[in-house]
This record gives sequence, structure tokens and C-alpha cells, in this order.
Amino acid sequence: MSFIGKSIQRIDAVSKVNGSAKFIDDYYFDSMLYARIFRAPVPRGRIKNLDLSAAEKLAGIKGIFTAKDIPGANIVPVVEKDQPLLADEVFNFAGEAIAIVVADDPDIAEEGVSLIKLDYEELPSILTIEDSINKTVPDICSKPDNIFSHYKIRKGDFEKGFKSSDISFEEEYKTGYQEHAYLETQGMIAVPNPEKTITVYGSMQCPFYVQEGVSEITGYPLSDVRIIHTTTGGAFGGKEDVPSIIAGFASVPAVILNKPVKMVFDRAEDIMTTSKRHPAWIKFKTGFSKAGKLLAIKVEFYFNAGAYSTLTPIVLWRGLVHAMGPYACDNIHIDAYAVATNTVPCGAFRGFGTPQVIFACETQMDIAAEKLNLSPIDLRQINILKVGDSTGTSHDLDESVGLEKSLHLAADGIDWKNKFIPPSEKTGRKRRGVGISTLFYGVGLGAKGGMLRRAGAFIQVYRDGSVNVAVGTTEMGQGSNTVFAQLTAEALGCSPDNVTILPIDTSRVPDSGPTVASRSTVMTGNAIRNAADQIKHYLLLGASELSGKPEEAIELIDGRVLTAGNELKISFIDVVEHCFNQRYHLTSQGWFKAPSTSWDDDTGLGNAYFIYSFVTNTAEVEVDIETGEVEVLNLVSAEDFGQPINPKMAEGQIEGGVIQGMGYGIMENLYSEKGIFINPGFSTYLIPTTMDVPLVKPIIVNEGYSKGPYKAKGLGECPLMGVAPAITNAIYNATGIRVREIPALPELIIKQKKE
Amino acid sequence: MEHTIKLKVNGISYDVRVQSKRSLLSVLRDDLGYIGVKEGCGAGECGACTIIMDGKAINSCMVLAVEADGSEILTIEGLSDGDNLHPIQKQFIEKGAIQCGFCTPGMILTTYEFLKRNPDPTEDEIKVAISGNLCRCTGYVQIIEAITAAAKEMKSNKEQ
Ligand code: FES
Ligand code: FES
Repeated sequence: MSFIGKSIQRIDAVSKVNGSAKFIDDYYFDSMLYARIFRAPVPRGRIKNLDLSAAEKLAGIKGIFTAKDIPGANIVPVVEKDQPLLADEVFNFAGEAIAIVVADDPDIAEEGVSLIKLDYEELPSILTIEDSINKTVPDICSKPDNIFSHYKIRKGDFEKGFKSSDISFEEEYKTGYQEHAYLETQGMIAVPNPEKTITVYGSMQCPFYVQEGVSEITGYPLSDVRIIHTTTGGAFGGKEDVPSIIAGFASVPAVILNKPVKMVFDRAEDIMTTSKRHPAWIKFKTGFSKAGKLLAIKVEFYFNAGAYSTLTPIVLWRGLVHAMGPYACDNIHIDAYAVATNTVPCGAFRGFGTPQVIFACETQMDIAAEKLNLSPIDLRQINILKVGDSTGTSHDLDESVGLEKSLHLAADGIDWKNKFIPPSEKTGRKRRGVGISTLFYGVGLGAKGGMLRRAGAFIQVYRDGSVNVAVGTTEMGQGSNTVFAQLTAEALGCSPDNVTILPIDTSRVPDSGPTVASRSTVMTGNAIRNAADQIKHYLLLGASELSGKPEEAIELIDGRVLTAGNELKISFIDVVEHCFNQRYHLTSQGWFKAPSTSWDDDTGLGNAYFIYSFVTNTAEVEVDIETGEVEVLNLVSAEDFGQPINPKMAEGQIEGGVIQGMGYGIMENLYSEKGIFINPGFSTYLIPTTMDVPLVKPIIVNEGYSKGPYKAKGLGECPLMGVAPAITNAIYNATGIRVREIPALPELIIKQKKE
Repeated sequence: MEHTIKLKVNGISYDVRVQSKRSLLSVLRDDLGYIGVKEGCGAGECGACTIIMDGKAINSCMVLAVEADGSEILTIEGLSDGDNLHPIQKQFIEKGAIQCGFCTPGMILTTYEFLKRNPDPTEDEIKVAISGNLCRCTGYVQIIEAITAAAKEMKSNKEQ
């Protein structure tokens, strides 16, 4: 293998250091107009009258559009179709869009927004999970009892399991919102074309979702809606479903006014009105034998979904599948609920419903270790999944389980043996401690992914040996285009320098599902291999004809042609030239369908995902017990995501994810008052800066997956998910203060200390 | 109120008519086409819009265009010498300090001014220098490595 496991340079690096990379706000079209949004002022209300007259009179306003103006259906299609693009009659969260104001420039549009007068009757609302469960206001959403979704796992006999346990205990946990804080805010430009077709450019993860959304809103068939992906300035899940909404805001005026319309959010608007990580309330009970064997798990957890269901059902399902952690246990009883509130709809965020449950599960493990008088490492060693074990949903694992290795590497990486000293032996104002967490993560969409579990790729080799590749999953900073160039080069035998990954265009590749769930490498990677293999067939034939050597004896590597390790005098380019002369077909469509999965909704058992990645995180902290301030000193993350394609970029993913996880655990807090976020800016919603960053040690544990492209699995989300509990367990080890709520802000730690 | 201001950007002189309320960021991007200047927050909180104005790294979203009248500006577009990248740019690539790239122009220009002031910085000094530039992707680790390496390279270039 020549390009697998090799840290080649990012293929988009130069354009990103010289300022030429074009993000959505960097595009300008002739006679382009600008849209801004008029929004609901309170969490729930009935629209009595919307007075647009003053705004319409403002010079430069080109149009104001409400629900009744939408040419197609007033729907944002995600899992359910319960969310309108523009609120009609009633609105269900503060900040919900009511009207689109379009003008010659964004400032005029903004002024137009301020001149709209809304007369409304405020309706009773629900702002918290507790009130939603208690139905303080009934029927605030499209489903009965304010519950959007409920999933369960029923495995073995949990009551018996607890009876036979030597120790068992139950705890409650809470986790807060997390804002994606991608540096580039959301944005789209809709450009109407002659013959009633539309092209939409923008910052997004899922062009095919946007295509469906724009088709619904405009009433145009999918074939007449073309989506083109622009350089995307970070996403982390936040640009999964929301871009369909932004595209709708741009497309409605674009098709009505027949002009290009740009809709780019400002930062406060982005934080206040777009999806977040779901806050959660979790009740977790575990039972163990004296020897530390996990005998029973009972979990009941609630996600605050917000006002509409959007991606919540599948976020919740992923939370369910991972709630018991990466441990073998025969008796499991889990109920997962997503409840409605009159707050911003929550959606996807790196980890997709699992960081919440991992925090609870891994704190339970820490508490259990102490009760059982075992080290947290030993307790995990006894229970973690190994090849031959069965997951919580009864998926028998027959390969690629690197958890045990990662456990020991992460422990050694933080010098656990010397640093793990009980809190009772620590004194002084500033105290240090170490903590650990382990996790598993299903790669791809899993059994609930339905028809989305496929991906396409299109490869064209040109006469000069250069190669174009069109794919259907997006580059948003994670480096997937570079990985795809490496995979293409490896599969075809050319150099990655000759490979161009085209911007995603829905007219060029078949619907490849969303760019989420750490699925790009496996799904698109396998589609690329499938396409490349068809071309490779002709290349080998051509090389054989040119050299007179049998096809089986020929290898194409990095643009060179070899037999038995010896380089021939012909090159890749000669072979391509010959194939062209022979009229061999050097263009191909690749396709990949995810390996099979299974699921039973009644029992919550099945092969939920086709493969899993595994991570162990360790952390070392220093806590000031007077102020509750936590300084994270060291973070180690040992991750098994199969064969790394580009180790340097993988390390970058790990470092970035780990720091986001640290932010989630101890820093990032959205405050809301009466259902409105009151800190929608980077001076008040604090994300990690260089001053917060500890030493980060990424460790790659390579347990190959036979069905992955060159044995790769998925990586993107793994680094973030288990960092919070590793840190909060370290806080306990330092101070004896048990954190059951994140973010673990200093005031919370002081409060816990007093209890 | 409209004013005519004079700006010299990456060595090119401009006379621009601007409204008094316009930010320098918006004039550089929308009127003059320097799209490498990024807007991440518009409120002086992220550093994505960093430019060098009269030798100082500033957040261009926090400066009115009229205040910049007569000044000399360097944006990311002016840092490299044609295809020849500046050592900071090269090291950002080399060390993997780029993911989505949205923070990158601001990060590089902050570094550029900082290394002028402090050609031989410690890691802590680097951290302080770029603490006003947010990056959500990288966790800063490879950025700090890149800056350390760039400082070394620039120093040894000078010594040669
Ligand atoms: S855009 Fe100027 S500091 Fe963020
Ligand atoms: S690389 Fe994305 S914000 Fe820094």
C-alpha cells in the first residue's frame, strides 16, 4: 500500500492559506438580493395580525414573504414533516421564522425586519424537560403526551439481574445544550435559472437533504433542483438539517422575484435559532457482582427535543443503542424519550445523542469502581467488549474490536499507575487527579438509516492521466476530500496529485445519503473503490498489452507500472494513453450499500450498526477547591477507527474533537431566560481558546475492519464523546467531588462540594 | 453620510466612497473583493477578520472604514509572493494546522504580526498571542506547532 496510512498534505490546503478558498459568503451574483428573517418574539403564540406596511414602504425592500407566499409546501422535510419553513397562525419557539424580508442590501433588509409589527396572543408554553413530562401544558407538539419518540431495549431480566447483584445503585444526571460554534455561520445562495429550475449554493453537510427541502418548498421536481456545495467552514452536525431551512429562506424569494438571493446568518441569529445538542436528563441504575461483573443496567432518559422533531428520532435512537456503554451485560432495560418543549429544535451534533448517555454511563462506572474497591481500569477490563462478546443490543462482534488495547494505551498515556491516588490522600487548595472513560460508537447510519445507507462515486480518467472524482459526501474541514484522493490514487495506481475531488453537485452523483455518523470514509470510500476497480480492470489490460506481461503480474503504484517489484519503462500515463487509443472505458460509476444490520423495535435488540469504533479517554486535571476552577492538564485519547488513511489528519481530528469535548464538559453553557438564549456570542458562550488547551495526546489503535476501504472504519465523532466524563471523573479523583451535571462550571463544583 | 477614503491594500491604492457606518471588514470584502478577510462574528470576538493595518493586527469588523482612511493594509491575499508561500503559510500546511480553513487567514495574520514583534517565542507566548483567534476545528495543537516551526524557519532564513 502506498497511500494508505500516509500523511499526505491536505489537497485544499493552499487555497485555505492564501485566502482564495471560497466560502458561501464569498460568492456574489449579478443583481443578487439579500434576505433577513423576522422571528417570533416569545416561545409560543398565535399570530393575530402581521403588519408589513411600514417595512414594505422602505426604499430598497424588494419583497416580504410569509407562509402563504410559499410556492410549494410549507415544510422542512427531515425525519417527520412536522416543521414549517415559516410559522403560520401559531409559532412554537422564540426565534421561529415568520417572514422573509428581501432587499438590495442586508442592512436595508434588517431595517425592514425591524419595521414589521406582529400582533399576537401569547400561548402557554413549556420550557423544560420536567414540565414536558408533567404536561404542564398538554399537546404542544404533533405527537401525543408531548413525546416525539420513545425507544426501548428489553434484554434478559433486569429485575433478576439486580437481585443477584452484590451492589447496585441509581444516580441522576443532567447535561446541557452545546452550540456547534462552527466559525463560518450558516449560509446559502439560491439562483433561479431559466426554464424554472434552481441552483442553490451553500455551506452544508447534506446536499441531498437540501435538494429535497428546496424541492418541497418550491414545488419543483428533484431533477430541477441542483445543489452545489461550497467550501464549508466547519459543521459538526450543525449543518445537517438546518441548511435545508436556510436554503428555503433563499429559494422562496429567489423563485418569486426571479433573482439570486443570499441568506447568510449573523452569529447571534445562528446561535439563537439553529439546532443544538439535546439537553438530557438521565436516570441510571447499575448492578455488579462483588468481582465487578456488570449484571444489570436500567436507564431511563429524556432528551429535550425542542419544538419540532427534526432529527430527534434518530439522535434518540443512537443514544439508546449506546446508553449501556461498551460493556457486555445480559440484563438491560432502557427507555429513551424525546420530549417536546417550546424551545429551539435540537438536532445533530458530533456524537449524535451519545455524549449525554456516555457521561452518565461512565460516571456510573467510576462510582462502581470505588464501591467495589477496584481500579476504574480493572473494572473496565472485566466488562469491556472484546471479539466474541455481544453488545448491549445483542450484536455478536466477530472482528475489529480495539477497546482493550485502547484502554491500556490511554492508561499508560496518562501514567495512570503513578497518578491514580484516592482523593482522600490529597490535600491543599489545588489538587490533581486523573479520570477515564471508555466508549463504543456505531459507524454509519445503522439499522434505522433505511434507504439512506448507500453512497455513490463517479470517476473519470482523462487522456493525460489526470483524474476527476465526484462524490456525494462533503468536505467540511474534516479532510474527507484528501482521504478520497488517497483512496482513489491507491485503487487506480496513480498519484494523489493527479486526483481532483470535485465540489459536490447533486446533478453529478446519485443521492449518497447525508455526511454524518462518521460514515464518509467507509461509505464513499467503498463507492470510490467500486468505481476505481472497474477502471483498474482496463488499466491492467492496457498495461499488459503494452508490456507483454500477464495482467496478474502487473501492479500499478503511484503512477508507476511494476512486475515482481521491478519498474517497467512504461508509466501510468502511457497506459492511460493506450487505453484511450483502444477506446477502453475509463469512466465509471461506483456504488456501495452498507453491510446489513438488523433491529427489533419491541426488544431493542439487533445488529444495530455494521461496525463500531472504540475509544478510551483519560484526563488529568487540577482543581482549585476554593473556587471550583478546573484546569485540564492532559488529555489522552486512544482510538480504534480501523486503518487510518491519513494519520496526521486523523490526529488533527482527534485533537479538535477532544477539545470540543472538553468545552462540552466544563465550559460551554447556553443560558436561557423565558425560552430565549441570552448569551449568543463568543464573549459570553465560551468555547475553548488556546489558553484553555492542555497537552493532548492522540493515540491511534488500528484494528482493521474487513469490509472497510483498506480496513478503515469511521472516526469523525469519536474524539469528542467521552472526554467530559474522563474530566469529571478526574475531578472526583482530585477532590472527592462527584459531578453529575455538565458543563461542570466552577459554581456547580462548589455547590456539589457543599452537599 | 458618504465619504471618500484612501486605502492602500496589499500595495494597491484605492479611493472608495463609503457610508460612515460601514465597517472596514465589509468594505474590504464587498467593495474591494478581499474575500480572504472572513467574518466569523462581526463583534470583535473571534479574530477571523484579522488584517494588518499600519503594521498592527486588528479585527477589521471593529473598525469603521472611515477610521482607516489613509492607512496601509495587508490582507491574507497579500502575504505570499505570488505562488511562493510565506513560511507561516507553509508551516500551517506542513503541520496540519488547517481543517475547515475559516479561521486560517486571521490566524496567520495574527501570527505574522506577532512573530515580527517576537521572533523567538515560547509556547506560552504563542498561546497568548493567538488567544483572540478562535478555531473550532483543530483544538489549536497543530496551529501552535506550525507557529513554532514558522518562527524557527523565519529565524534561520534571516541568519542565512
Ligand atoms: S468577525 Fe471580527 S472578530 Fe469576529
Ligand atoms: S480550521 Fe476550522 S475554525 Fe479553524
